[in-house]
Amino acid sequence: MSENSTKKRMLDTKMVPAPSHGIIPERDYYSTPVLEARHLGIEFGGLKAVDDFNLIIGKTEIAGLIGPNGAGKTTVFNLLTKVYQPTMGTIMVNGKDTAGMNTVQANKLGIARTFQNIRLFGNMTVEDNVRIGLHNQVKYGMFTGIFRMPAYWKQEKRQHEQALELLSLFDMQDLAGARAGSLPYGAQRRLEIVRALATHPCLLLLDEPAAGMNPHETEELMRNIIKIRDQFQIAVMLIEHDMNLVMGICEGICVLNYGRIIAKGTADEIQANPTVIEAYLGKKKEG
Amino acid sequence: MKLKKSTINNIISYGIVIVAFIICQSMIASGSMTRSLKGQMIPICVYIVMAVSLNLVVGISGELSLGHAGFMCVGAFSGAIVSSWLLAALNMENEILRLVLSMLAGGVLAGIAGVLIGIPVLRLRGDYLAIVTLAFGEIIRNVLNCLYFSLDGKRLCVAFNSPNVPGTVVVNGPAGTAGIQKIASFPVGFALILFTLFVVMNLINSRSGRAIMATRDNRIAAEAMGINVTKYKMMAFVTSAVLAGMAGALYGLNFSTVAASKFKFDTSILVLVFVVLGGIGNIWGSIIAAALLTVLPELLRAFSDYRMLAYAIVLILVMLATNNPFIRSLFDRLIHRRKPAAQAQRGGASE
Repeated sequence: MSENSTKKRMLDTKMVPAPSHGIIPERDYYSTPVLEARHLGIEFGGLKAVDDFNLIIGKTEIAGLIGPNGAGKTTVFNLLTKVYQPTMGTIMVNGKDTAGMNTVQANKLGIARTFQNIRLFGNMTVEDNVRIGLHNQVKYGMFTGIFRMPAYWKQEKRQHEQALELLSLFDMQDLAGARAGSLPYGAQRRLEIVRALATHPCLLLLDEPAAGMNPHETEELMRNIIKIRDQFQIAVMLIEHDMNLVMGICEGICVLNYGRIIAKGTADEIQANPTVIEAYLGKKKEG
Repeated sequence: MKLKKSTINNIISYGIVIVAFIICQSMIASGSMTRSLKGQMIPICVYIVMAVSLNLVVGISGELSLGHAGFMCVGAFSGAIVSSWLLAALNMENEILRLVLSMLAGGVLAGIAGVLIGIPVLRLRGDYLAIVTLAFGEIIRNVLNCLYFSLDGKRLCVAFNSPNVPGTVVVNGPAGTAGIQKIASFPVGFALILFTLFVVMNLINSRSGRAIMATRDNRIAAEAMGINVTKYKMMAFVTSAVLAGMAGALYGLNFSTVAASKFKFDTSILVLVFVVLGGIGNIWGSIIAAALLTVLPELLRAFSDYRMLAYAIVLILVMLATNNPFIRSLFDRLIHRRKPAAQAQRGGASE
């Protein structure tokens, strides 16, 4: 990039990390934020499940979304992946407005997610699960598949190689032939992450990735999330109740309560924030 | 190149079908097959194709369709019309070529019907989808009940609800097809089974097939992975309709006259029974169930009046037996001998 254009971008993006929109790590100042949600909200019959949600996530940021049970965290994920259509506000992914898009289009734009309650294709093998993630990466048509044209063999081989490569990220390549539903819990969670990565995302949404894991597994997961970010140069946003994980790896944390953002900041800022403490532990009795 | 497991499985499947065909063919040639059973050979082929194609919708794509006989009906009628037209207009004497072309036409028209029906139906889910497919199956049958086709020289004439059509009548409303040459032959029926197996098995082991199964296993996750659910449900539905249409054409050309009332709701249910009894999603189960249950009423002739009762009892017994955990595990051990390596791997992973 020429010096001139760098300068210009600096001027442009200086306005982006405005305090009301969250914190972006310094290295991401000069690239378009991967996600920009403005005044996002959804109503279910008068109940505002999410209201005035503003957030910017940098290109390679690891962001955390925390909050007490029922705060609307998964609803935010469902809004970002277009499972629900927002009733208010806009979502920009890499600078593109996602208004009117459906889940499939949102995924093609680069948003991939895992689920709180694991949603693997349980009757299929581990490798086939990853291959479904690769669905839009390695393509060939229905007739090529039925009549086994040369393209079929070529693309199947590519899919196979890519699937194994992705599985090797979590040392799961030996399990490629096993039935996904028969895997132990931790491996199922890891497989969900691999499957989401296979869709070639620019923003990976992880819904409680450490749920049900022991401290040892959680630590490994933390290392893996950082490894994924570094290797694929993508942003990660995660919902998690395990505070060690959130405070350990998240560069920016956003706290949600009753559908509204009550605090944004780095781990230290959040830990010291009185509103957050109140939301989690309740108000101190006066007197 | 090392062959994949699925490829080997496919080759074994084709092998078994070919062997079964050779046995049947030699039995026919040596005259050791009874007349009634010989007459059953083409309907068996037809019902096997019907069951396998319905299994693509019910088992692989996971939608309960109750209107499969409708597509068979479209295939039977269009096959009969095309075969008569080919004879009259093009003077095509070659019976096999005429049969194959009629089957292709039946498949294409049933496929078009599948697309038209699929557009509204696949917006629905579960029970609603089942009810609407049932309605569409009946609508197709009732529409064909009112259609009159005739050949005036090379011209094909159509009339709705009035039997005044010029020339020789091919489809005579509620009376069904008339004056059709019985050109269906067992080898072509057998080829159709092979073709169906080829299409369905190759589809399952391809990118599209995996997408179809993913939408069945978990719709929400499939959408989140960027799979266009409606497109792949439609793909399974239309492929199944095309195969059913081809089977229908074969069926229609096996009789000199076939009425639309032959393709009632009962026929859809009969095919569904084959699929359920053979195991939903199990292609081989469908083939075996379709073949046995088509022959069974003939074999039960000894019970004369109690034939259908015996048929029902056999169905219930098979149902009970296949759901019995002991018998299931016995079959599991017989068929899928689990590899010790895979077991050890699974054990290692759960540490």
